[in-house]
Amino acid sequence: MSGFRHGVHPPERKELTAAVPVRRMPFPREIVLPLRQHAGKPAVPLVERGDRVERGDKVAAADGYMSVPMHASAAGVVTGIDWCPHPDGSMVEAVHIAVERHSAQLPRPRMVPEWESLEGDEVARAVQEAGVVGLGGAAFPAHVKMAPPKDTKVETLILNGAECEPYLTTDHRVMVEYPERVHFGARIMMRALGVERAVIGVEANKPDAVAALRATIPTDLDITVESLTVKYPQGAEKMLIHAVTGREVPSGKLPVHVGAVVQNVGTIAAIAEVFETGLPLIERIVTVTGRGVNRPSNLIVPVGTRLRDVLDFCGGINERAAEIVFGGPMMGMVQADLDTPLTKGTTGIVVLTHEETAQRETLPCIRCGRCVDACPVFLMPQQLGALAQLGRYDEMQEWNLADCMLCGSCSYVCPSGIPLSQMFALSKSALRRKPKVA
Amino acid sequence: MSMTPTQTPAAFHTDAPRLELSASPHVHSADSTMRIMWTVVASLMPIVGAAVVFFGISALLVISAAVAGALITERLSGPRSTLRDGSALITGLLLGLILPAGMPLWMPFVGGVVAIGFGKIIFGGLGQNVFNPALVGRAFLQAAFPAAITTWPVAGAGLFDLRGDNFALPLMSGNAPDVVTAATPLGLMKFEQTGTDLMPLLMGNTGGSLGETSALLILLCGGYLAWKRYLDWRIPVSIFATVAALAGILRLIDPARYPDPLFMLFSGGLVLGAVYMATDMVTSPVTRLGAWIFGAGIGALVVLIRTWGGLPEGVMYAILLMNAMVPFINRFTRPRVFGTVPRGRRA
Repeated sequence: MSGFRHGVHPPERKELTAAVPVRRMPFPREIVLPLRQHAGKPAVPLVERGDRVERGDKVAAADGYMSVPMHASAAGVVTGIDWCPHPDGSMVEAVHIAVERHSAQLPRPRMVPEWESLEGDEVARAVQEAGVVGLGGAAFPAHVKMAPPKDTKVETLILNGAECEPYLTTDHRVMVEYPERVHFGARIMMRALGVERAVIGVEANKPDAVAALRATIPTDLDITVESLTVKYPQGAEKMLIHAVTGREVPSGKLPVHVGAVVQNVGTIAAIAEVFETGLPLIERIVTVTGRGVNRPSNLIVPVGTRLRDVLDFCGGINERAAEIVFGGPMMGMVQADLDTPLTKGTTGIVVLTHEETAQRETLPCIRCGRCVDACPVFLMPQQLGALAQLGRYDEMQEWNLADCMLCGSCSYVCPSGIPLSQMFALSKSALRRKPKVA
Repeated sequence: MSMTPTQTPAAFHTDAPRLELSASPHVHSADSTMRIMWTVVASLMPIVGAAVVFFGISALLVISAAVAGALITERLSGPRSTLRDGSALITGLLLGLILPAGMPLWMPFVGGVVAIGFGKIIFGGLGQNVFNPALVGRAFLQAAFPAAITTWPVAGAGLFDLRGDNFALPLMSGNAPDVVTAATPLGLMKFEQTGTDLMPLLMGNTGGSLGETSALLILLCGGYLAWKRYLDWRIPVSIFATVAALAGILRLIDPARYPDPLFMLFSGGLVLGAVYMATDMVTSPVTRLGAWIFGAGIGALVVLIRTWGGLPEGVMYAILLMNAMVPFINRFTRPRVFGTVPRGRRA
């Protein structure tokens, strides 16, 4: 079994939803579409208050290459471009749509792109036009990875089905329920990138996903499904590439520099859907889970549905609920406002309980070295932590702060409850704010 | 209908849940520093018990005096809450366990004060000290009271028989004319070239410090901690391996002059030092490679001091010297960061 060294193994807690089939959630009364729900520049609105939109209509245009357009996830009337809470805790402008109650929510008939007649860059353009971003959490525009720099050669397409975050079963269900779609997406991607070989990496705790994918591999494609060691962060891009190819992405470089392109399996299925139906990315699969929610579920949710509506559909939260997180408990973002809409990057809603989040008092570092043993990129978090406490951010760069991916493994294991990765996030932003001195 | 002032307006009522807000990661492993420390304390209890079995009530008195000195100093130097972390108690217990049974009690008390005060507090408290505090305390006692600390009552005798001048007045050393003392196995070897059988060394029925004598018990208790991952097994293993290897080589060179490796391993404070002192997280390296180097250094120094030094025993100085090396070891064993070229091989 392939894997990487170091890392941690938090309780998986996937049993709550791993076997729960995906259901479609009914449309809410209101859809809120933040203009910024992908990495890169926010989209530019194309609609005004009072406009009527069909499901799938474009409501905001991409602003340049590092941006994607946005589409209405339900038919209705635009009630305005207004502020709304963003999952990252900020406020952001969003297109608000009052959903038509009695609409059948059928999208306009649209042309299905004939991908086989398109060149690689035309496929990428179609993916951008459909508003597809990475569905694994980071929401990086998917088309950007389909156009690697000219001086690089892509050898392997790696599909990320690791899903190493505890609780989340979104990718798991995609692989179990839509394996053909994953393979179809791989086919499109392989042709667009001109690669012969694809590897789907899946953590070994999802044997049904591995079996489903293996059973459906098209005979004319070189796709292998690889079982990966179950540990966190196996799904981090660099860890996954190392597990699958044995190669290390050089510090500060991109995966394509070792000949790899990585896409999340959910993203690849979404790309496939674009070329199957012509519909843009207007919904996604979300795991609603945690022991604080009454009915843990895997749902197809229209993008822009408010957190409150999703929780209500899942029977609400119970008295054990302490913290609501978008994404997994290791890297997810805590939510303060139940009116926050789900975006394209929302992999899951995890309602954690008091016993899980109980704050421990922080004791001094006892140099136990657990953080050093946990760090997947071999940093010395205890050293970085000591420097962060002193505000010596420049010195932290000498200890490779830039290579820290904020996976949280060090904070997870620290017996003294020192918020190491949180300190590193602050240090990184402090360095970003500082003017560069030559 | 008028509202009384004490009524809460309905508008203040809300169904909104009270949510916590914290930065990721939102979950943590169950192990805490507090739990580690108190588990170490618990694992020392059988060893304390063995000390009482071998050396009677005197053992309890000496250990209690060292603990009292450590705890009082910790309490006076900072907030009460630092007592709860258990680290000062560990220091006091360990110090007590590496002293002889017959000492006047005021000496272990002073040792506990020095261990915490000079071994820990002046560096900044928990986690900041360079040297193992218990060994700092013992090093002080060895320098200050060389006679008292090398007077070794024999094991055995009754539970309530004092093994020396435990109740000598402070600043008095007493002269315990009637106590039965004997050299330790290492002393016998060094000064009289007499060996001791392996079985008493393992079980602990020999002269020596309170907690050092039963190698078997220490290995059991330490093994439990290693299994819980509360101590780094690499450190004792590399100490034992180095001592065994070097002692073996010496033995091969001159079997008449040098003891066999098993004697070297199980005599004196080596097992207790290797399992409980060298593995102190605060004063040992944070990297795995560093742990191997650290242990090997201690092992080499132990053999060096025992064989060619003036003292029969060398574990304390070996560990203290290697404690001083830890910052350098950490620096030299800094792991190669993922995706980078090793230092020195950079273009």
